[in-house]
Amino acid sequence: MSTVEERVKKIVCEQLGVKESEVQNTSSFVEDLGADSLDTVELVMALEEEFETEIPDEEAEKLSTVQDAIDYIVAHT
Amino acid sequence: MSKRRVVITGLGMVSPVGNDVRTAWEAIQAGRSGIGMIDRFDASEYNTRIGGAVRNLDIGEYLSAKDARKLDAFIHYGLIAAQQAVDDSGLGDYPALDRDRVGVAIGSGIGGLEFIEKSVIQMDTAGPRKVSPFFVPASVINMISGNVAIRFGYRGPNIAIVTACTTGTHNIGYAARTIAYGDADVMLAGGSEMATTRTGVAAFSAARALSTRNDEPEKASRPWDRDRDGFVLSDGAGVLVLEDLEHARKRGAPIYGEVVGFGMSDDAYHITAPPENGDGAALAMRNALRDAGLAPEAIDYINAHGTSTQVGDVAEVKAVKSVFGPHADKLAISSTKSMTGHLLGAAGAVEAIFSVLALRDGVLPPTINLDNPDEGCDLDFVANRSRRADLRYALSNSFGFGGTNGTLIFRRYED
Repeated sequence: MSTVEERVKKIVCEQLGVKESEVQNTSSFVEDLGADSLDTVELVMALEEEFETEIPDEEAEKLSTVQDAIDYIVAHT
Repeated sequence: MSKRRVVITGLGMVSPVGNDVRTAWEAIQAGRSGIGMIDRFDASEYNTRIGGAVRNLDIGEYLSAKDARKLDAFIHYGLIAAQQAVDDSGLGDYPALDRDRVGVAIGSGIGGLEFIEKSVIQMDTAGPRKVSPFFVPASVINMISGNVAIRFGYRGPNIAIVTACTTGTHNIGYAARTIAYGDADVMLAGGSEMATTRTGVAAFSAARALSTRNDEPEKASRPWDRDRDGFVLSDGAGVLVLEDLEHARKRGAPIYGEVVGFGMSDDAYHITAPPENGDGAALAMRNALRDAGLAPEAIDYINAHGTSTQVGDVAEVKAVKSVFGPHADKLAISSTKSMTGHLLGAAGAVEAIFSVLALRDGVLPPTINLDNPDEGCDLDFVANRSRRADLRYALSNSFGFGGTNGTLIFRRYED
């Protein structure tokens, strides 16, 4: 079973069309990985599906880096 | 202000008969059908199980996986045809190009039907929070033109005319006028379609518009033949680079031909069927001839709308006879839809390309599957085999639901 970190990174790669080597825990979705506002909405939807959870909009807005997403998933699933 | 001359300097196409202009034109000259069994979805419960699909297209050659996922297939096709046309025209290699003077007019008859279907299902099964933020920009019709502008930095007029099966023709005509009037020096123009989806095929089938010759797909599209039984729904896109003649000369662009006439009309009759006498179609042809300043006798070749429907094919013949009189027996008229099927909003664009190549190469494209011409269908339809001819002017017709008609006239390029 993959770790949360691995699964989050895999989804980030798929959704944002970036290579695994480009994705660091500190990477910002917008500034480092080229996401626009619509990409980040869809990224959150993909994370919700993968981890069978619901991320409220006000929480989703705070997820700006890969680590933010990992921390949120670990704390809420 | 005198009108500026408008020439064609680039072509791009994805279609059931080939995913580039050269391949498609070879197939047309050889009389090869692009129609086959529908395999994009399970069509086993459908009355019609045949269509003209785009096959073996490597989308990754043109679009990243990330970008492709955010766009409906009709936008993929339109963008790819546009990229091919730009490459063909050499616009990308012309450093002095003023991108504020380059515009786009690429439409679609229906738009992102597949994306719409998937989103509605997603909405129904998972709720409103699961609808993709890309739903709207992935499916609305002007997003080919929008994405082309973004891709190439073209900041001139940007539009997408939507007129059902006349879409491609109207976009080309409008684009030519935009250049002639002086609002742009270069326009990318055409149409794109991907409507062979579950709902698309079901709906055209319910309207009894489609051929059900499921056992012989390649023989299903047979304009003017007495055994025709409806059109074949097809996918693809065609894009032309239109350019002010002086601009094209200045940069030494290749010139395929010239747009010399554009006419429009409406049947004002019925939502889907033409009047039997084809008088709306005739009016569009007359308007195009007047715009070109040509007598009917100047036309050598007509690329017909010719979809392979009972009423439509005969009405177009009547319209041609009423416009051309005795000259109708001297000109050649063919339907390349006999090979491509009907690409709806892309039809006028791919047929404009075939018309221009017919002029350039002196080749009349055939109407295949014309074994027994129907009663009243007695013109020179270039039955079954292409042939050589000295051609100077070609006319291309498109007619759409809503009774909307469009006619373009092209001239072989001469200085």
